[in-house]
Amino acid sequence: MWDYSEKVMDHFRHPRNVGVIEDASGIGEVGSLACGDALKLTFKLGEDDRIADAKFQTFGCASAIASSSALTEMIKGMTVDEAERVTNQDIAEFLGGLPEQKMHCSVMGREALEQAIANYRGESPSKKMLAGEVVCNCFGITEDEVRRAIRENALTSIEQITHYTKAGGGCRQCHPQLAAILENEQANAATPALPADAAGRSGGRLTNLQKIRRIEEVMERDIRPQLRKDGGDIELIDVDGNRVLVALRGMCANCQVSQFTLKDVVEARLREYVTAELVVEEQS
Amino acid sequence: MRPVYLDNNATTQPAPEVLDAQQPFLTTMWGNPSSMHEFGGQVRRYVEKAREQVASLIGADPSEIIFTGCGTEGDNTAILGSVAADQALRHVITSRVEHPAVLAPCRHLAANGHYVTELAVDSMGRIDETELIEALQAGGKALTSIMWANNETGVVFPIRRIAEKVKQFGGTMHSDAIQAAGKLSIDVRSVPVDLLTLSGHKIHAPKGIGALYIRKGVRIRPLLLGGHQEVNRRAGTENVAGIVALGAACEIAQRALHADHNRIAALRDRLEHGILERCSDVRINGDQKQRLPNTSSISFAYIEGEAILYDLSDAGIAASSGSACTSGSLEPSHVLRTMGVPFTMVNGSIRFSLSRYTTAAEIAHVLEVLPKVVDRLRSLSPFSATT
Ligand SMILES: Cc1ncc(COP(=O)(O)O)c(C=O)c1O
Repeated sequence: MWDYSEKVMDHFRHPRNVGVIEDASGIGEVGSLACGDALKLTFKLGEDDRIADAKFQTFGCASAIASSSALTEMIKGMTVDEAERVTNQDIAEFLGGLPEQKMHCSVMGREALEQAIANYRGESPSKKMLAGEVVCNCFGITEDEVRRAIRENALTSIEQITHYTKAGGGCRQCHPQLAAILENEQANAATPALPADAAGRSGGRLTNLQKIRRIEEVMERDIRPQLRKDGGDIELIDVDGNRVLVALRGMCANCQVSQFTLKDVVEARLREYVTAELVVEEQS
Repeated sequence: MRPVYLDNNATTQPAPEVLDAQQPFLTTMWGNPSSMHEFGGQVRRYVEKAREQVASLIGADPSEIIFTGCGTEGDNTAILGSVAADQALRHVITSRVEHPAVLAPCRHLAANGHYVTELAVDSMGRIDETELIEALQAGGKALTSIMWANNETGVVFPIRRIAEKVKQFGGTMHSDAIQAAGKLSIDVRSVPVDLLTLSGHKIHAPKGIGALYIRKGVRIRPLLLGGHQEVNRRAGTENVAGIVALGAACEIAQRALHADHNRIAALRDRLEHGILERCSDVRINGDQKQRLPNTSSISFAYIEGEAILYDLSDAGIAASSGSACTSGSLEPSHVLRTMGVPFTMVNGSIRFSLSRYTTAAEIAHVLEVLPKVVDRLRSLSPFSATT
């Protein structure tokens, strides 16, 4: 078992502020089922321009739930500008520390908060999505996210980068890139800090979560009923960027024309309702 | 408080009879079995008796059994040792769902110039036997290593058919039977495996003792070099207490096999039916027709395994999960992923594994606690149907 603090276990066992604020001032969503954790954060400003209420929903392990719960407690009563300065370190400290391998849970909290503030300010998340190349394909982590975690937490090894961002925790193919980024950041750290533009925010994962949910919705509403009429069914296996991996079940699985079904029904519908870039593949 | 322990595929409670049997070898009879005096020499007889007990469980001759330091050592010795002893073995065939104790040595061989085939499994965790035959036909003498039963899903492989095919092509056959031993009957007289691995702590002996069956005439190069113990096949002074314990555990397992099997399977089925009745959006992973009697891999949509385990642990229940957060790496279970279990279901997977000590009252306790845990965590989840 992990060596969780009393406070982590308390927030896990008795999470504060669970739910969704319907008329929220700001909404932030990060993570995905595929990554193993996801967080939806909503907050509402009061008359005094301070955060009057904050709520969360989290899919994830004990420390992800505790980090989200802690975050909502921390930001209540703050102005948006104050909330913007909350770091993942602050979240971890509030909880009496997190095991290093679980620091990514606090980073997820900070990211959701950032998304929610951006949403409040009317900034388009799609612009942020373009900021920074994805370095770790397994978990969809961008270079900017990695750089930011290195700077804010004074990270010194690839292992630490993985603990804080998950980057490099899958196939490890990005380890040389991570090493180069780390070296570059360490060289920069020796010289005065760069202007603010380098702290580019990334948000590729916002759409990932929304994307998965939209795909599931469209499958449920438009695709399944049609396949079921013919005695078939479909299951979503994975979403990797714009690649949607599905499995056809029942009649569809053995159907001679299943390629036809995939392209003409499934892919067409998903492109229509989710995004035109999607490519649907059948799991082999 | 004694936990409701449903993590027996991780390790098992040492049986009281087993502890009694090994006790003298930690207190009064602590001599070295290789010594040329009666104080040590008398110990040798107990080591040989244990060898007979282990051999008897799998229908082997005692001379075909060597003792190892753990199951991992047995798997490594079988794979690396047989390849090292036979230059003709250039091809290694295994499956994608093996335990790391098999996969890691196979991948080590792949990195060192051997040709390695990892057979895929279908959505029920079953090997495609035509793919195996194709791999065997691909040429060259092959070492095939396929587990008897999978530790995560409990899926049982048709080892007899697989071994017969391997022998038809003149290859060497190894099976990791660590999870099958004591749960299914294993008989090397009717299943032509050359090598077979056992581990003590999965069958109610203590940790740190295992055995490797090596069919008469099959050559392996030892992993450990040193003394002449185990007829030059495993150097190092014997773990006598462990060996005696393993022997006792095998004897009990053999005697209790059928009664245990039926009783445990009935409890497992009661657990599964109860969960399916009480929880929605649940799926059972693996072929339910060919499965160990004690294992159930169940996935709960929209929630994450580690969180489930902590809640269960608060209620005194011990189980395990294939989720990424519990794997020690960030990758969820390679077994469930390669079976094509949707990612939503891999991260929410829980493995319950029962033993002969599991009671009906314990299963009832789980059925009372688990639905509440699932409801609680789903009420926190952004993916639940409510949104
Ligand atoms: C199928 C299988 N193989 C190998 C092992 C490793 O055995 P040991 O823990 O004795 O090294 C285990 C247990 O973890 C197992 O379940």
